[in-house]
Amino acid sequence: MSEQTDAGAVEQPATFAFTEETRKAAEAVCAKYPADRQDSAVMPLLDLAQRQNDGWLPRAAMDYVAEYLDMPAIQVYEVATFYTMYNLKPVGKHHVQVCTNLPCWLRGSDAVMKACSKNLGVGKGQTTEDGMFTLSEVECLGACVNAPMMQIGDDYYEDLDADSTARILDELKAGDTPKTGSQAGRTSSEPAGGLTSLTDLGSSAKGGDA
Amino acid sequence: MPKLTINGREVEVDAGLTVLQACEQIGIEIPRFCFHERLSIAGNCRMCLVEMERAPKPVASCAMPVADGMVIRTDSDKVRQMRKGVMEFLLINHPLDCPICDQGGECDLQDQAMAYGMDRGRYHENKRAVKDKYLGPLVKTEMTRCIHCTRCIRFITEVAGVPELGATARGENTEVGTYVEKALTSELSGNIIDLCPVGALTNRPFAFSARSWELRKTESIDAMDAVGSNIRIDSRGTEVMRIMPRLNEDVNEEWLGDRSRFACDGLKRQRLDRPYVRRDGKLRPASWAEAFAAIKEKVGPAEGSAMAVIAGDQADCESMTALKDLFSKVGVTSFDCRQDGAALDPSCRAGYLFNTTIAGIEEADACLLIGTNPRLEAPVLNARIRKRYQMGRFPIAAVGPAADLTYRYDHLGDDPTVLRQIADGSHDFAKVLKDAARPMLILGQGALTRPDGAAILALARQIAEATGMVGDGWNGFNVLHTAAARVGGLDLGFVPGEGGRDTAAILDGAGKGEVSLVYLLDADGIDMDRLGGAFVVYQGHHGDAGAHRADVILPGAAYTEKDATYVNTEGRAQRAQRAVFPPGEAREDWAVVRALSEALGHKLPYDTLAQLRARMGEVAPHLVEAVDEVTAAPWGDFGTAGDIDPAPLASPITNYYMTDPISRASPTMAECTATFLGGEQARTGTDG
Repeated sequence: MSEQTDAGAVEQPATFAFTEETRKAAEAVCAKYPADRQDSAVMPLLDLAQRQNDGWLPRAAMDYVAEYLDMPAIQVYEVATFYTMYNLKPVGKHHVQVCTNLPCWLRGSDAVMKACSKNLGVGKGQTTEDGMFTLSEVECLGACVNAPMMQIGDDYYEDLDADSTARILDELKAGDTPKTGSQAGRTSSEPAGGLTSLTDLGSSAKGGDA
Repeated sequence: MPKLTINGREVEVDAGLTVLQACEQIGIEIPRFCFHERLSIAGNCRMCLVEMERAPKPVASCAMPVADGMVIRTDSDKVRQMRKGVMEFLLINHPLDCPICDQGGECDLQDQAMAYGMDRGRYHENKRAVKDKYLGPLVKTEMTRCIHCTRCIRFITEVAGVPELGATARGENTEVGTYVEKALTSELSGNIIDLCPVGALTNRPFAFSARSWELRKTESIDAMDAVGSNIRIDSRGTEVMRIMPRLNEDVNEEWLGDRSRFACDGLKRQRLDRPYVRRDGKLRPASWAEAFAAIKEKVGPAEGSAMAVIAGDQADCESMTALKDLFSKVGVTSFDCRQDGAALDPSCRAGYLFNTTIAGIEEADACLLIGTNPRLEAPVLNARIRKRYQMGRFPIAAVGPAADLTYRYDHLGDDPTVLRQIADGSHDFAKVLKDAARPMLILGQGALTRPDGAAILALARQIAEATGMVGDGWNGFNVLHTAAARVGGLDLGFVPGEGGRDTAAILDGAGKGEVSLVYLLDADGIDMDRLGGAFVVYQGHHGDAGAHRADVILPGAAYTEKDATYVNTEGRAQRAQRAVFPPGEAREDWAVVRALSEALGHKLPYDTLAQLRARMGEVAPHLVEAVDEVTAAPWGDFGTAGDIDPAPLASPITNYYMTDPISRASPTMAECTATFLGGEQARTGTDG
């Protein structure tokens, strides 16, 4: 049985309700959609619910969102179980999501995954005993240019190898904020060996943070 | 109209059709699993792939609209290869358990694997297994067999209007189910069994009891409600094994309500299989001759005015004709086919019919429901209202019970006095009806069985006339019946004659001793305690309320056991056919009446069903001459204006699963009652 539908095994809170703050955010989301197309807000609302609930979506939250949008509960379940970004089980404070799709795998995601496992002492889909880290294997997160990569919380860490992975995790353990983006020192997704074209625009072009 | 070439043949078809439908029109069969004419297009099974010129890839013909100049090939090697490939993929995770699968023999996957698949599999890895779901007492699941065509999801969401099924998770982990375990709350849930192209959803009460090829199929008519759904009775030997819907675009399309489908196990229980006569206060088995003698003893000396005949909800037209003929001969005028006391006016046919017709609902553009819950009273008809509702611009308002009807409507309260405001035009909805080109109203039995029923009927007629519901080629006045026998009885004049009593007066008279003999034909819906000391003859098929009170029991036949005519709520006469013989000494009802007539010395002049039908044609010609058709009834005057009680309107049906002797005897219907109305005791640890 799949991880997604086995959520029944998790201890579920009996009720869920938006806090005042989340409600405001939810209203802002709903305002983006026409009155008869409010169902469209289901994904951002589920995300808000998940953020409010320490990173995971209990069933009560899905029912709450269904009621909030006046849509059939089953349609909310369908959305929530389809996307892997919705966690139907509790996760640690830092949700480490390692991409293992083809580009990342070709560039060494196995080593990244191994480093995570070794550093955290847990396997795929498991949470550390102190509840700080959950390690997940995820599908492509769209940062293939800087493969291999992983996402922790809302941040991307790219151009990883075993050492940089371990360093990031250590910094998080120590309560620091590791540098996000490429760990190999390049700016966004520039060529690894420096610019090869439009090289003279660098000085005249305004903007950019390089 | 677009012209296209299919397999080298040039064809011209209606715009808006799909390539698959165009192929079908010229007789080319395209295999498919997910496509269904009455559901939205999903295009996810890929079985209907065809080759289209200038398209880089094969196209799913079910989802490709026809266009001018298309060149389609469905018979090329490439197409055959594609079908083989799709079939192989579908079978990767499908268990090869046909020998123990109930769908075997009537399985689309099995048939199409034979026709289009390979003769062997090349897949050697583990197949996936899916945990079974509990969908209630009617639908059995084996979700490992599911091929994710999503027909069940689309049916439940679109047609039944109860969005409870969905596909959760993704990819290989996709599962069809309710996610949160629950029984499907639709009265049409049985239809997903027919729609399922594999053995994932099967008939739970019928499970493992027969193979489709062992069953004798009889095309007949349903008598569990007044819709007159067309059914196929599958029987083996003397047993009705299951009931399935049959296509009739004008009546039930291809759907069937759960009670009509699943109550058939009640046909095997509580049956009256021999005559009984009450002696010393106890019903004792008797011979037909003894039973007839006991009746003769009472009928002989009695005055015609002291006898009464009531026909119940499942009585057929033939036996009502014979029974009326017989008792008219001994001077009886107290006949009634309205055992619930509904204030239906037999003098004007348009006043008791569903004049718009069921298919006509699709042409209406505004609707007023009065004292009815069509979802419980006629789920198939309710699906038609929902179908019209989904087409859009169909305002619906209801005066009566506030229930979930599977579509949105304006609830105008349950106080019938609001109808006066609609009739005089002061209510907002009166304007909606007036502005509509084809407005309709549906009057339920809940409004007619009240003491002020005749006044509500008159008021409904007033609304119909005031809002322009009755006009050229359109009649928007509709009475929704709940009894299969009702319209037939009214058509045959099975109502009080001159000086005769109606049901209420019969009961009163019996209580006072003025009525000494009451003959009940399948009538179980009256208050038996009010029959007082009257001598009661019960002719019927089940040991229900009537049989318990009876002094003589004449065993008759259920609707599956006789060639009989039923008239549905539209006034459409349809012929039911005998699938099995009645049990034991029980006989077809008209034959029982015919035999009784001889014993009473008033021999009826017909010896065969054909002769009886000829007589029936004299009384009501359309029952013989216009079978399967609806004859429009002329508008007239009906109902009696009067005071209206502000007491709330209610539906006569509170438990959809038990409404008549057959469904009350059915264990499956008992389980449904426990599940859907009985609260927690419904399930035990050994279920599912």
